[in-house]
Amino acid sequence: MTAVRTLFEKIWDAHLVAPETPDTPAILYVDLHLVHEVTSPQAFDELRAHGLKVRRPDRTLATLDHSTPTLPMNADGERPYATPQAHAQVSKLEANCREFGVELHGWDSADRGIVHVIGPELGATQPGMTIVCGDSHTSTHGAFGALAFGIGTTEVGHVLASQCLLQRKPKTLAVHVDGRLPQGVGAKDLILHVIGTIGVNGGTGHVIEYRGCAIEALSMEERMTVCNMSIEAGARAGLIAPDDTTFAWLEGRPHAPQGEAWERAVAHWRTLKTDDGARYDREVRIDASQVQPTVTYGTHPGSAIALDAPVPIARNAVEQRALDYMQGRVGQPMAGTKVDMVFVGSCTNGRLPDLREAARILRGRRVAKHVRMLVVPGSETVRRDAEAEGLHEVFRAAGAEWRLPGCSMCIAMNGDLAAPGQLVVSTSNRNFEGRQGKGARTVLASPATAAASAVAGHIADPREYRIQEEQAA
Amino acid sequence: MKPVTRIHSRTAVLADENIDTDRIIPARFLTTTTCEGLGRHCFNDWRYLPDGSNNPAFPLNHSEGKDCAILVAGRNFGCGSSREHAPWALLDYGIRAVLSSEIADIFRNNALKNGLVAIVIGANEHRWLLDNPGIDLSIDVREQAITLPGGNVLHFELEPFARHCLLEGVDQMGFLLQHADAIGAFEQQREAA
Repeated sequence: MTAVRTLFEKIWDAHLVAPETPDTPAILYVDLHLVHEVTSPQAFDELRAHGLKVRRPDRTLATLDHSTPTLPMNADGERPYATPQAHAQVSKLEANCREFGVELHGWDSADRGIVHVIGPELGATQPGMTIVCGDSHTSTHGAFGALAFGIGTTEVGHVLASQCLLQRKPKTLAVHVDGRLPQGVGAKDLILHVIGTIGVNGGTGHVIEYRGCAIEALSMEERMTVCNMSIEAGARAGLIAPDDTTFAWLEGRPHAPQGEAWERAVAHWRTLKTDDGARYDREVRIDASQVQPTVTYGTHPGSAIALDAPVPIARNAVEQRALDYMQGRVGQPMAGTKVDMVFVGSCTNGRLPDLREAARILRGRRVAKHVRMLVVPGSETVRRDAEAEGLHEVFRAAGAEWRLPGCSMCIAMNGDLAAPGQLVVSTSNRNFEGRQGKGARTVLASPATAAASAVAGHIADPREYRIQEEQAA
Repeated sequence: MKPVTRIHSRTAVLADENIDTDRIIPARFLTTTTCEGLGRHCFNDWRYLPDGSNNPAFPLNHSEGKDCAILVAGRNFGCGSSREHAPWALLDYGIRAVLSSEIADIFRNNALKNGLVAIVIGANEHRWLLDNPGIDLSIDVREQAITLPGGNVLHFELEPFARHCLLEGVDQMGFLLQHADAIGAFEQQREAA
């Protein structure tokens, strides 16, 4: 009889080329390597310097997302890159992909987009896989029951050359989310609440498995939002066991198995769950019914509170510095804080349901006069689908800017950014000092909260807008 | 990578908790396609005032914080983005070792692969080092020991393979490529299944 195992252990064991020893880490096989322009150029140089090839171009998928402008080409057919260096970085990935035979979803691809949006969209992300990318939000793919690690550029080189990663076995942390999320509260509120509960370093050294009835009730896009932010609790990865929701979402996608192979795959994927009686290194319980629309008030994602809860007093100099940076008002709720910019997009919340959620509030309303709002779809596919539904018209009619796909203001390295001191309500994943521009102040929120805040001109509770809608109907 | 066996330096202290990799190297400097020259932007928006002059409030700008190769940082140093530009920037700036009571996983991993010795120490020792900036420390990678002024010795954990690579000055790629046959066999076995 085989011992009972967690979902993480099943995937880990199935990918061991060599187990760890006291002297050496495990050699872990990587099923899918996602590549983008920012963290790969030095790795390709390393391969070139050593005369190495990409071992498995068929398991490597590249796209352009971080440094890419979200404004269209100018009249001369030139893309408005923020700097010549950003342009050169993009050109370098294009050249590297040609030289090493890697499939690139570049400017001419109908599928280009944020790396963590297109992997799932293409069906390249599948349950039971190991997935890596030189990007910490690779944890997103865990929503499909894949073990997905963010890695550094040296490791990008390792995986390009060997299709393997050297890893010490992480510990496991179960986050049980019981109960039901209240009406008008979503996946973003939930994960901010979780990080606020376990802390910005609460997952360090661990792979989180999210489980429980509130997790099972989430759509795939919502599960991606949750797993995406695992790294914001310091976790190595975040996982959710695949189920019928997962299989229905993947079926028929370009890279997903077809026909008989699909049936065989699903039969295998059904075994990818934690066995009864398997032990985690740590367990945490969260009551979904207690989650409220949640935002951040400080300068890391663990500083999350309900938007109508008072901003807590600083307990030390570091917290005071964060409050000063945010110009926080101790004892006052974040709701009511004046907003300068609103950003809807990113690998956390740049998918079609996220845009629908924002559009539902913006339909027939206007963004407040003093607020600038950017809506950036996560991929070309999201853009097409949103435009087919007329969501872009809703955003434009409300006074928001509808942009081309990319990471945009989440990392603010493509020229989309806020001015010093401006307050941004953002559906992205990080509220670090200067993340959205030097001196910019970021408040993380759900798409609904972001849209409600854009309309109100200050941080606002989206449920009030829902109530208005219902009364109008 | 050059071998790293001993580091002897005064300590500089950045006591803030949760110093993220965006603070170590802001994203706008990530459009580079090389690893070099990032030191001048290390801690850029903390280190410089808007007019480009040194920020007096940044501890490493003080005379006693200059030219220190050992950084003692607040808990959960290096959290956030996986950018390896963070250890590249610190090394180029002159930092050779980072000590904290907690160091974020990806940063620690990236740091060690580049010869930046990222060391986790106990909370009490950490508190003491935070409270006593500018003291002379000697780090011995082989012995996994930090010698304090007065001769007291503090032992630390270091992942054995990372330690081996630091001491020998070898990168980990060679080790992986030595396993090419095993990787090939794994692929064949899986693809046959």
